Amino acid sequence: MEDKSMKGEKKKKIIKTIKIDVDKCVGCMACEVICSAFHATPRYSSNNPARSRIRVIRDPIVDIYIPVYAGDYAVAECAGRDKYTIDGKEYDECAFCRASCPSRNVFKEPDSGLPLKCDMCESDPPQKKPMCVQWCLNEALIYEEREEEIEEDTKLEELEIGLESLANKYGLNKILDIVTRISVSKKG
Amino acid sequence: MRYAETGFNLEIDLTRGSIERVTTDPGETERYLGGLGTNAKILWDRVPPEVEPFSPDNLLIFATGLLCGTPAPGCNRTIVSTISPQTRLMAFSMMGGFWAPELKYAGYDKVIFRGKSPNLVYLWINNDKVEIRDASHLMGKGAIETAELIQKELKEPKAQVAAIGLAGENRVYFASIEQGRSSASRGGIGAVMGDKGLKAIAVRGTGDINIAHSGEFLELCNEVLEYIKVRGEKPIPGVMPILAGLGSPQEMKIHDEKWHTESFMWGNSRHRRKDFWTEEVEKEWTQTMENSQTRLISCYNCPLKCAATISIPGFPTYMMKCFSKLTYTMAAMSNLDFGLEIAQRATEYGVDAFSTPQVMAFALELYENGILTDDDMQGLPADNEGRFHWLLDRIVRREGIGNILANGTYWAAQEIGKGAEVFAHNNIKKTEQLPLKLSMLNPIYFLMYSTGEKINITQIEGQFPQMPFPTKEEREEFVKDWYHVPDEKFKQYFLDWELRGENSFPYYPTVEMCCDIVDWQEKMHYIDDALGMCAGLSSFPLKPPYHIHNYPRFISSGAGIEMDEAQLTQAAKRYRTLVRAINIRRGMRRKDEKPPENHWKKRFPELEKELLDAYYKLKGWNNDGIPIKESLNELGLDFVSEDFQQRGILTDIEDAPSLGTSLQKEKN
Repeated sequence: MEDKSMKGEKKKKIIKTIKIDVDKCVGCMACEVICSAFHATPRYSSNNPARSRIRVIRDPIVDIYIPVYAGDYAVAECAGRDKYTIDGKEYDECAFCRASCPSRNVFKEPDSGLPLKCDMCESDPPQKKPMCVQWCLNEALIYEEREEEIEEDTKLEELEIGLESLANKYGLNKILDIVTRISVSKKG
Repeated sequence: MRYAETGFNLEIDLTRGSIERVTTDPGETERYLGGLGTNAKILWDRVPPEVEPFSPDNLLIFATGLLCGTPAPGCNRTIVSTISPQTRLMAFSMMGGFWAPELKYAGYDKVIFRGKSPNLVYLWINNDKVEIRDASHLMGKGAIETAELIQKELKEPKAQVAAIGLAGENRVYFASIEQGRSSASRGGIGAVMGDKGLKAIAVRGTGDINIAHSGEFLELCNEVLEYIKVRGEKPIPGVMPILAGLGSPQEMKIHDEKWHTESFMWGNSRHRRKDFWTEEVEKEWTQTMENSQTRLISCYNCPLKCAATISIPGFPTYMMKCFSKLTYTMAAMSNLDFGLEIAQRATEYGVDAFSTPQVMAFALELYENGILTDDDMQGLPADNEGRFHWLLDRIVRREGIGNILANGTYWAAQEIGKGAEVFAHNNIKKTEQLPLKLSMLNPIYFLMYSTGEKINITQIEGQFPQMPFPTKEEREEFVKDWYHVPDEKFKQYFLDWELRGENSFPYYPTVEMCCDIVDWQEKMHYIDDALGMCAGLSSFPLKPPYHIHNYPRFISSGAGIEMDEAQLTQAAKRYRTLVRAINIRRGMRRKDEKPPENHWKKRFPELEKELLDAYYKLKGWNNDGIPIKESLNELGLDFVSEDFQQRGILTDIEDAPSLGTSLQKEKN
């Protein structure tokens, strides 16, 4: 048993990706329309792009069209902000960021301010593709699924990162003390 | 709960600076649907015929269509209605883009302006916060520039802005309202906006639009999207490339301009250039388009790409769609480079791209013929293109001769006199038309030109092929999947239609067939204009995704209004008749209903009279084009027939049984 977990168990995982081809985006915002309708309760009973979990950052005169999906909620804003210039086009601060965070007013429910997050339209029965992809006839959004074999090692790496950050914060000795205490109490 | 619509209008009195949110009557929606339909009702009720276009009592209505803001693909049109300074009749120009859905999300179906602001202002609608703001710093700014400045000062890049440029401020009779990639251009509604002291309306909305029967509605939307995909792969054979697919004519995507440049007239709708489209021209123009286009773009919630972002060195970037690509080039007998350059300035100034080039070409013709003199044209440059730029500047500033030309060819010719009238030769109801001069009378188009109250051929044509197909096999192939027809008889009309011989123009389609064809085509446009649907997915292209058979279900499942084909036909007829009633009350009569004299070389006065007689009868109008009492009452428009009788427009004698009893009933 012990041996197996150390070596890492191979696990299969479905990776869901939406490939975004900004060159094909025509800025119609159909993705926002159908996303908000799909996530209405009951389903499709209302429509409001402000509730959408995908946003098209759109500035036609300077030819900026970027669909961005809502990612995780961030409690705090970042220490600094990024600003990209690509092919001479200057993008807004944090333009590509997927987080719903305190620094800006996107990916939040308009009434409650609660964060929104893309769930890839997981539903019962399941959709073939997320709705935004189905409604993007210009194929700026392409859905891909692939299976990946994940080793437990990956998780250990995550653990290592976590432990290291804890060690940095509290000191390694203190962490070791706690680990020893826990292991003693578990054996006991 | 209200479905598809919000149930609220904004009433803005610009004289008093007051803002009211008013609950609307759901019964009106059932009777007139929304958009154009309910606009017409408001204009009938509140703008009596004595009111001049530039009176504070004229209303300027910005309306969303009934289904705008729902997920129905391509349903994004803003319908602007007022009394036109150019025609003195009801104007109902429309624009696509993003404005109407945003207004719905802000919680309103319409914004109704009355009065006049003493200073230039703009309206800022941010959900339930609505304010009239000073716009003196925007005076003289371009329409697109204004939109950008407003978004910046409000710190709201997502605000959708409809604005006028200098032309609207100066009440140019063909001034437009611009909104990024779209514009409401016809009828001089931009001039009414300028007259009211209103520079722009910015709107941002983050509220919900409810759907009555969501499952069914979504299924219908998905069918439409699926059909758009399939139809895109199956262009219609045998018609012009720009008419083979869906959308507005695909002027940005398709570079082959043989048809337009060789069939349409150049200059002041004067010269046909049958051998214009050479390989050399094709190469040069294709290159011009490809070099200047940054991207093909769409309107709100529509997969079609009817517009493009255009960037020409030395000019700010702008967005263009449809036939404005060629109107300036052809009026000036110039090349495409010039056309794209001047169109940029014209877009910022905010002028109609159909009328403006013709007004300028008209002025130069008058000058060449000595009717306008060097005195009138002081400062006119020597070079041709320079002259067009110069005239555009004079017109939008109303400087010198520009002050007269700014009223359009009809009014300018009246004022100039000295025989100028014959040079204003391409008008219907005082409005410049597409530059077409043809040979053989087309009876279908004769009726559409004569009776169309949008006064633009593209806003009434569409569902029936423009020309017969040469062989029987091609015709049979065409009708195979033509389920869009409201009645099977239309297939037969088309199958029997030949290029030559007995079953050809001008006597085939027969008078009765022509009436049916025109009635169907017009009906589809009127339905679109009430629902806010783009004609490019519905009434304009052949075999469109939206048609008379699926529309009733869109309305019943979307708006929760019980609807079938007969009811929808009746509703469309109701507000179509009301539009006519408004215009009749303002003096429009049969004498005004005619195409330009020289539109066709071969005319048939007797046949034309017969066509108009029969069409009026089918519509329930008398021989002067006035809706008769019986047909008005049948549509529930008793208040119109009472008004007509009070004003002496209809008398009992005129409403004689010979007309009344033979009224055709609506057919499904």
